[in-house]
Amino acid sequence: MNGTFLGMPAFPEAAREAVRDERLRGNLRHATHTIRAKRAAAVAEVSDWAELREAGRRIKDHTLRHLDRHLLRLEESVTAAGGTVHWAADAAEANRIVTALVRATGESEVVKVKSMATQEIGLNEALEAAGIRAYETDLAELIVQLGDDRPSHILVPAIHRNRAEIRDVFRSEMAAWGRPAPEDLTDSPAALAEAARLHLREKFLRAKVGISGANFMVAETGTLVVVESEGNGRMCLTLPETLISVVGIEKTVPTWRDLEVFLQTLPRSSTAERMNPYTSLWTGTADGDGPRAFHLVLLDNGRTDTLADEVGRQALRCIRCSACLNVCPVYERAGGHAYGSVYPGPIGAILSPQLRGTASGIDASLPFASSLCGACYEVCPVAIDIPEVLVHLRERVVQGGPATREGTKVVLRPAKGHAAERAAMRAARWAFGRPGVLRTGQRLAARTRRLHPRTLPGPGRAWTATRELPPVPAEPFRDWWERTDGGRNEGDAPQDPEETK
Amino acid sequence: MRVALFLTCVNDTLYPDTGRAVVRLLTRLGVDVDFPVGQTCCGQAHYNTGYRHEAEPLARRFAEVFGGYEAVVTPSGSCGAMVRELYPRMGERARAEGRGGALAAALAPVVPRTYELTEFLVDVLGVTDVGASYPHTVTYHPTCHGLRGLGLGDRPLRLLRAVKGLDLRELPGAEECCGFGGTFALKNPDVSAAMGADKVRSAESTGAEVLCAADNSCLMHLGGTMARLRTGMRPVHIAEILASTEEDPLS
Repeated sequence: MNGTFLGMPAFPEAAREAVRDERLRGNLRHATHTIRAKRAAAVAEVSDWAELREAGRRIKDHTLRHLDRHLLRLEESVTAAGGTVHWAADAAEANRIVTALVRATGESEVVKVKSMATQEIGLNEALEAAGIRAYETDLAELIVQLGDDRPSHILVPAIHRNRAEIRDVFRSEMAAWGRPAPEDLTDSPAALAEAARLHLREKFLRAKVGISGANFMVAETGTLVVVESEGNGRMCLTLPETLISVVGIEKTVPTWRDLEVFLQTLPRSSTAERMNPYTSLWTGTADGDGPRAFHLVLLDNGRTDTLADEVGRQALRCIRCSACLNVCPVYERAGGHAYGSVYPGPIGAILSPQLRGTASGIDASLPFASSLCGACYEVCPVAIDIPEVLVHLRERVVQGGPATREGTKVVLRPAKGHAAERAAMRAARWAFGRPGVLRTGQRLAARTRRLHPRTLPGPGRAWTATRELPPVPAEPFRDWWERTDGGRNEGDAPQDPEETK
Repeated sequence: MRVALFLTCVNDTLYPDTGRAVVRLLTRLGVDVDFPVGQTCCGQAHYNTGYRHEAEPLARRFAEVFGGYEAVVTPSGSCGAMVRELYPRMGERARAEGRGGALAAALAPVVPRTYELTEFLVDVLGVTDVGASYPHTVTYHPTCHGLRGLGLGDRPLRLLRAVKGLDLRELPGAEECCGFGGTFALKNPDVSAAMGADKVRSAESTGAEVLCAADNSCLMHLGGTMARLRTGMRPVHIAEILASTEEDPLS
């Protein structure tokens, strides 16, 4: 395992391993089912949940429709409050900006509070290449970093690890990153938390530069918001002299009042809490309190292109609650790593192929990583119709079509490897356009039914490897209907040529 | 009342018993059933795999074949959801892409008159006791498109509870997908099979003899999984249970 997602295999291959990993499936099943049940109870407590969901959807849609205006307003407010705004079109530009900002401080280490945007752009690797060490301080991110691992869940990046594995990682790796874990560390949650606390406390007190993400950015006041459970984020946001926040442009909300909706829906959807333990808000700089310098890096990295797509843009409403992951039966079996991105699960399956395009094998396979059961849409607190976007992106993969890449309208060609399927779909449509052809096919299947193999070659093997095929009946319904005049005149059953031999 | 049976291509070809059961059941309830032979397939496999343009002619065909009926009844939550939920969307998209409103206009009258079987029984005919008898233990799997697409709610359960002799067992994790998902079963076979096996295990844990659903495509996947896992349970479509009577029991 290494820390990046580059060169991932397509989803079905990546998932195959995970499905067979009994321990991983056990960890995931236990964790997702627990949080799923808690979330349902927390949501059921709120009598106006449907209205809150609709309000969240509307606020996000409205903001996205006028995002240019709100971003300029945000820049103005942040600047007025003493911060500096930087615009980054893509990952490389964002990494360049952050690296230069850290270098300007003369420091060679930074503390980080959980930020998916920085994971998305590979910031830690970029900083490392520039001789700067980044310390993750969110407990789960710390586990991932120490284990040279990848996150596999939006909210619980180390969900794939159990307590014993975490103890082993702490014992073998912590020393190389700072204060070592106690020799006699057990796998009790309190002992693990204490080891992490002592390890991290040293970092917080020493760090001169903090890097954060944000859950929301309020345009009217220039305020950034981080919602977290551990308080480590608050340490990163208040102790360093320089704070650099890297945030996707879609995290903007127009007004302070808009937070009201999301601060209700986010904790209940994610951790099943009525209110999250730490909500930190920061606005520019203030004398004698908090960082002396504040930089906001506004990250595009495919978001404007996504915004140009009428069906797909709703993915940008996402508030990263992870409810869709916890309820997804595919995520539960495949695990988060199979999605090849910091955004796993149903939302990742529609977000990654839009942010990164569908050119790679993994990105072209993600829209198919769903049975379209609709559970993700049902739980989404901002009503993203994930199945609708999945089907839309499937169309893009198999048939090509219009899309926007780097601000330019392009017509994408179909992804490779779908020619046979396309031919089969066309043939099926042709047959279904002619009831006579359909009937001939049905009769042929019925007459040869004794000869049908129990295992199929080619793509059909995917079925028969684990499931029996249904037997083909002696007579299709439409023949019965005609023979018996709709059941009014039941005559002799049809002759089965194989049986009469 | 004269209704059209939209049997679906899967049922027509592989599960004619379900079609015969629907005819028997509705006729018993005094409904005049027709089977327009021009019907073929709703196009769901095409649409959901990304071939929306290949699905459009099938939607047009559906509108032509079923346009003249008071009601269209289908024993498939999945194909029912395709018609009710996705056909209107296809019409809107065709219009938005500059191909005119003909598809939307053709679909407009027939879409709201299309009902999944249990919905038709409970909402249109207003019955929950259809006079059925089925002395077996049964557990019911609410398939995703029936549950979330059409919002069938407890209609199928109300119908099953009224069946004489039927012992209904609650299915743990009932609302979880069985893993069929159309072409998903072929494109992601490992995940699909794992989901199917888990669903079969929870059905088995109820001690029921029969796993019942309102969709033969999910039952095909689950029945194939049961047979491979040698569980001894059997998959039965709800129409066949509701058609079964003391005089004419389901064999």
